[in-house]
Parts: sequence; C-alpha cells; structure tokens
Amino acid sequence: MYGKRSRFLTIMLTLGLAFFYIPMIMLVIYSFNYSKIVPVWGGWSLRWYNELFQSQEVWEAVSLSLQIATLNATFATLLGTLAALAMVRFGRFKGRTLFGGMIVAPLVMPEVITGLSLLVFFISLNELIGWPAQRGFTTITIAHITFSMAFVAVTIQARLTGMGQDLEEAAADLGAKPFKVLTAITLPRLTPALVSGWLLAFTLSLDDLVIASFVTGPGANTLPILIFSRIRLGLRPDINALATIIILVIAVCVAIAAILMLRQQRRDLRDQQLAAGEG
Amino acid sequence: MSDATAPEPPGANRPFAKRMMRKLQDNWRSVIIAIPFFWLLFFFLAPFFIVAKISLAELAIASPPFTKMVEWTDSGIMTIRIVFDNFTYIFEDSLYFDTYVNSLKISVTSTIICLLFGYPVAYAIVRSGPVAKPILLFLIILPFWTSFLLRVYAWMGLLADQGTINNLLIALGIIDEPIRMLYTEFAVFVGVVYTYMPFMILPLYANMEKLDGSLNEAAADLGSRPTNTFFKVTLPLTIPGIVAGCLLVFIPATGEYVIPDLLGGGNVNMIGRVLFNEFSRNSDWPVAAAVAIVLLFLLVLPIMVFQYYQGKASEAD
Repeated sequence: MYGKRSRFLTIMLTLGLAFFYIPMIMLVIYSFNYSKIVPVWGGWSLRWYNELFQSQEVWEAVSLSLQIATLNATFATLLGTLAALAMVRFGRFKGRTLFGGMIVAPLVMPEVITGLSLLVFFISLNELIGWPAQRGFTTITIAHITFSMAFVAVTIQARLTGMGQDLEEAAADLGAKPFKVLTAITLPRLTPALVSGWLLAFTLSLDDLVIASFVTGPGANTLPILIFSRIRLGLRPDINALATIIILVIAVCVAIAAILMLRQQRRDLRDQQLAAGEG
Repeated sequence: MSDATAPEPPGANRPFAKRMMRKLQDNWRSVIIAIPFFWLLFFFLAPFFIVAKISLAELAIASPPFTKMVEWTDSGIMTIRIVFDNFTYIFEDSLYFDTYVNSLKISVTSTIICLLFGYPVAYAIVRSGPVAKPILLFLIILPFWTSFLLRVYAWMGLLADQGTINNLLIALGIIDEPIRMLYTEFAVFVGVVYTYMPFMILPLYANMEKLDGSLNEAAADLGSRPTNTFFKVTLPLTIPGIVAGCLLVFIPATGEYVIPDLLGGGNVNMIGRVLFNEFSRNSDWPVAAAVAIVLLFLLVLPIMVFQYYQGKASEAD
C-alpha cells in the first residue's frame, strides 16, 4: 500500500529515526574521547581501544561468549527447525497445542522468570543426579538454546508457510518418499531462513545478560555480564570503545542477512511470476 | 570352520545399526516432533513446576534452602507440606505490593507512549516509496539486533548530570545547573520506550502492509476527509497490529530488570529488579519463587491473548 506521506508523518519518521540513532552515535563518538570522564571532551584518541585490547578479562569474556553463542546458534537452529517442521508440515498430532504454546511462550516470557526457573531447575537436578555439579558454560548454553530455539522456530515457520507446498507435492507425485522430499526439496529451500535463524540465535545469545547471570557460576563471565558489572558503577570510556566494536560487527552481520533475505524474496517473486505465466 | 562362511538367513540377523536406520525411516516424523518437544518439556516447562513447588515451601537452613514438599516418615507414611505464607507475605508487605503497582504503572505508560509515537512511524514507512521502504525498515530493525545492554548504556551517557543533554542545555544558556535525569523514573521511562519501540513498530508495520489501499480511495471518492478516513477505516483495520505491538512491549517491560537497575539506580523499584536482588542477595528462595509466580499470573492473560492472535495470524497466512 503506497500513498502520499503527509508532512506530519514525515516529521514523525524523522524524529523517530533521530531518537533511535542519536544515542548510539553519541556513544560511538565518545569512544574516541581521550578524557577519562566520558562526557568531558578531551580530544580525539584511540586510547580506550588500546586499553581494551590489552585487557585479559575482556578477551576471556569475548571468547566465552562467542563459544556459547556458536554452540547455541547451531543447536537452536537444529531444534527450532525440527519444531517448525512439526508445527507447519505434520498436520495434527497428539500434544500439538501444548507444543505450540511451549514454542511461543519463551518469546514473551520475562527474562527474570526464565532465568530464575532454570537456575532452580539446575540446582534441583544437581541434588537429584549430581549434574550439573558446576554452573557455567554448559548451563548457560542450555538456557540459551531453550529460549533461542523458540525465535528460530517462529522464523522458520514463517518461511515454511510463505514458500507453500507446491514443489513438495510435485516431488511426491513424481514418486519421492516423504523423507526424500524433506531432504531434497524442503531443507535446501529453507537455507536462507536457516542462515537468518542461526544469526538471530547467535546475537540473542551474545546479547543476553539476565538469564546468563542467573545460571552462571563462579568464574564464568560472559561479555554482557562483564559489561554490566562495569557500567553499574557509572560511565566508562573503555565500555564505549567495546560498544562501538560490537555495534559495528552487528551492523555488518545484519546488513549481510538483510541482503540475503531480499535476494530470496526477489527469487520467490520471479518463481511465482514464472509459474503464473506458464499456468 | 566352513560353518562360519555359511550364508545368513535374510533379514533375521541384520546388523543392529541397519535395523535402527530402518526404524528411523519408518518413524522419522515422531523423532522430529519428539526431540524439540522433550527439550522444551524438560528445560522450559519442568523448571516452572519446580518454581511453583518452591513457592509453597518454607525457608529452611538446608541446601537448597527450603523445606521438602513430600516427606516419608520412618513408619512409611507420606506427609505433604504446603504453605501459602509466602503469598500472604507478598500481599501484606507494602514493599512488594507497591513494587508490583509501580511496575505496572511504568509498563502501561510506556506501552501507550510507544503506541502514540510508533503508530505514525509505522504508517509513514508503509506509505514510503518502493526504494525508501526497505531502507527505512532496515533502520528500524537494526537497533533491534544491537545489544540491548549497550542501548541502555547509551542513555546513561545522554542523561547523566554531566551528560550530553545537560552539557548542551548549559552551553545554550537554557539552564545554569544540570537537571537531574539519570537515576530517576523519567530515565526509566525513556529507557523502556527506547528499547521496546521496535517491538511496537514492526507488528504495526506488518499489519498495515497488508491493508487494501483501495478502501482509502473509495472513502475519499465518497467525500470522506483524510482524518475521517483514518479514524473510520484505517485505525479499526489495524487493531490486530496494535494489540500485538502493545503486548510485545507490555509483557517484557513489566518484568524488566536491566533498565530500572541502570537508569533508575536505587530510586525506581520494579518487580524484576526486586526478584533478581531477592534471589541473589537474600537467598530467601520461597519468597522469591512466590514473587515470580505472582508476576507470571499478572502476565498470563496478556500472554494468552498474544498466543491467540499469533495462532490466528498463522492460520490467516
């Protein structure tokens, strides 16, 4: 639905974008500030970047966060895809309503509740079977998989619904067994959605503070936990530098994902037009 | 010796792995359902029941620090012990009650502000040209992907006593003394609106994008003024988007922990913050569990409404 954009709408749009971006632009600018006190300008400098790269603590947190995020994204994509296939392509089955509820609930569940319940769960499990004796890497990864698989499932569900079932039906008509249809037709066509689902799960994990704080143990500081413990006491120039790097990396990743999605959409549109032209 | 080389009867002694593969191929659908289903059952649903159980226990000097619900006496009699003290305590203690009220006040107000400002922004994007639209959409989605924690931190820099806004106002000669903004309720409102605004705009956009433009044209042809058309045609048709957007802001904002902690300092109490501190500092687990259960009950209705709309939306597709 295109149409004329009134002056009021243009003003609101401009204000909205300014509201979104000015805080982040200021954050980036002040990361190049020489002064130790963040809002007092002391000239341009890369001092805080230098300091950041020399901090052992920061490197360890980055490494831990990246490991958790990678493992999480891979398992969440796997589990989320299975869940989406079950919801969209398998018709009715026993427990479908409960299943659907459990997929949507983590999307809106307040983080404090998810974090708290997983912590008491891990502690109870430890009492019962002696595992996990120590909380940290494994417990954070399990917690992240649990909530990010829901986000992946919703992404894949939308893609599965969007791409229709025509090709699958055609393959079945030509004699392909259902399992073959899944591996030869459905999964390859899902690839762009799988990539964006993986990236989504990856960033969700990198971004999570509250749930990780609940289920972590001594010594296992993820990057958000480290950042939070530092900024609780006020503004810190080294965190501005760290934030600038993170924002830059994420912006590049999102841009790549957006281009991939746009291409897929164009391809779909062309396929549809071709199909319509022949039919 | 020659017995060993005798041909095996077909099928009877197939290798185990092969039989498993066969079984997998026959039942692969159940396997696909079972893996994510049991994961969620185990790591998502079961933990809630444990929290519910703890909320009905009493504080005890033990590890974990609460009484057992079911106990067996020496003579083999089972005793079940359930106390509701934690819940009555929450409602009698004004700290908890006021904190719930305050959380709801902040989340409801922020939701309304998000709607008032997000609606025109979403509408402006829908009405943009085919070149501008994907770019604008990308600009709205980008903050949604960047670190939540860092977006809150960015506002600490703007709102601080010596922050960008105060410095600017002083430089312009509008004020002499810095205005206290960081560590006030105002800062919490700004933080909530800022971080949750994309959650309002995106569902509204998705809903408006599907609207039929010819309805507006028809209304205009019949002599309706643009304002009238908006309130009589467009607004009623975007109610599903409004509901989805409001719930996506309201539900997580109510349980918010990071924003009141960083932008509110110790001055603004929200239930997520109380819950977090209760658990990590006091370790009064039964009360903390009860606080979580009450919060969940407050949000169960909105969550169910959200699921209902989600289900309807996916059926419509």
